[in-house]
Amino acid sequence: MERLLKSRHLSGWLLASPLVVVLFFFLILPIVMITVVSFWTATEFSIVPAFSLENYEFLFGSDVTYRVFLNTAKYAAITWVFTLGIGFTIAYFLAFHIRSTGWQTALFLLCTIPFWTSNIIRMISWIPFLGRNGIANSTLMAWGVIDQPLDWLLFSDFSVILAFVHLYTLFMVVPIFNTMMRIDRSLLEAANDAGATGWQTLWNVIIPLCKPGIMIGTIFVVTMVMGDFITVRFMSGSQSANVGRLISNDIALLQYPSAAATSVVLLATVLITIAIFLRFVDIRKEL
Amino acid sequence: MEPRPKSFYLLAAFFALFLLFLYGPTLTIAILSFQGPEGGLTFPMRGVSLYWFRDLFEQQAVGDIWGAFRRSLALGLMVMVATVVIALMGGLAFRKKFAGSGALFYLIITALVIPSILVSLGVGLIFSQSGLEVHWATSGFGSQLTWTLPFGLLIMFAIFNRFNPAYEEAARDQGATAWQTIRHVVVPMIAPSLFGVALFGFTLSYDEFARTLLTSGSYNTLPLEIYGMTTNVTTPVIFALGTLTTVFSFLVIGVFMAVLWIGAKRQARLGSDAGKGV
Repeated sequence: MERLLKSRHLSGWLLASPLVVVLFFFLILPIVMITVVSFWTATEFSIVPAFSLENYEFLFGSDVTYRVFLNTAKYAAITWVFTLGIGFTIAYFLAFHIRSTGWQTALFLLCTIPFWTSNIIRMISWIPFLGRNGIANSTLMAWGVIDQPLDWLLFSDFSVILAFVHLYTLFMVVPIFNTMMRIDRSLLEAANDAGATGWQTLWNVIIPLCKPGIMIGTIFVVTMVMGDFITVRFMSGSQSANVGRLISNDIALLQYPSAAATSVVLLATVLITIAIFLRFVDIRKEL
Repeated sequence: MEPRPKSFYLLAAFFALFLLFLYGPTLTIAILSFQGPEGGLTFPMRGVSLYWFRDLFEQQAVGDIWGAFRRSLALGLMVMVATVVIALMGGLAFRKKFAGSGALFYLIITALVIPSILVSLGVGLIFSQSGLEVHWATSGFGSQLTWTLPFGLLIMFAIFNRFNPAYEEAARDQGATAWQTIRHVVVPMIAPSLFGVALFGFTLSYDEFARTLLTSGSYNTLPLEIYGMTTNVTTPVIFALGTLTTVFSFLVIGVFMAVLWIGAKRQARLGSDAGKGV
């Protein structure tokens, strides 16, 4: 028994060893490195090993930091609301209204295919739609809704959030659909037999049972929006900032210690947020 | 069958709008990439031509698009193979609890949720501080694996949660070794899902931007090249490139789907007759 137990641990680690190697060199070490460098100092041309708190003092002493973190949280919150609303509705339609499995699979795939294409291209593809002379403006003008082109369609918070919703709604649809498909249909019949209306069934039966899927989708969407820098940069035309852009701007200026300090704070924020979410869902049980 | 409720039609309309929202912009740039030589980044179309596609094949002033494509393709294949093998081994490891498996699981979740630019920055710093040169096939490869492996592993966990161990027990009872059981029983049974992992591995790598930003060195991958073009190209040539690479992605997805579909048919035709009372 003793030997068996030992071999179980050993074979587990042996099988997991390539994974452990990759995660050690490309996840743990980089996090350690960033943390170390966040205490270094930088001159204009190079970075200097030291132990200094100046990066953090600067970071926490500047209003820009607070405003940018707040803006990041705002993007995450608004994107979350829209992706959840749209994602839930789409998953609900697929899971409960499509009756044949063949159609269900086909429509589900249709929703997921864009996930396997390039995010950058999908961002670029909004330009002809939202630009000053774009499709949205010319259509609205042709309909007489507006007299002159709207300026806030592209390169604004509106376009940033639109792009986030466009890119990430998938991450809500998939896990919510997955939990919905596992709901025992006889529960719905029971609710119906007990006299519940459609809305009551939705609110009191389906939504509570979908919570794990909603949480997993939330984890994906929130972390991707919080860690993003490219969508905000591209879709806001460099006019809005989030934490990721703060980091990438520092990197562009070769201010690595300062970028590292911001990264440490961002990572801590993301991990704490996820730790809170994970209290509501056991991911391993939901797979 | 009951008649469809009114809500069905409302939701169906919503679904159709959602699909339009998902695919509309991509279709728009596909159409605009056929702009005439005088055409701009938006409608109206000034003639219809292949001018911008030809431009893509001829002029190389903007950068090395085809070199970038070849690198992205090679990197995607490397990441794909590594993801399938490592995720399969990891999935097998996690079937039994082992000391530290809980911690390792949280490490995988961390890889999934860590902002991509942090991986890029951290790996870039390690390489520069230790005097190594960043290259897409080394530092870029490793950085991308931290993104593709969590996806691969989550799929493997989902598969093995549903895998009936009776098949392996039967194989063992007939004297199969552990390796034979995996090679001839487990892998063939989960092959479709392994194709799924491969699809994730390839496409996530092929489209990855942030994790390769500081880790690919002096030779760009395709997403980096496209990103560079967004800042200094203001002609429909960028739409032409976008259309081509999207078509390529669709081809890759199509090939994977076709393989899965053919595999499923074959399995249905040649499958086991167990339980059919033969």
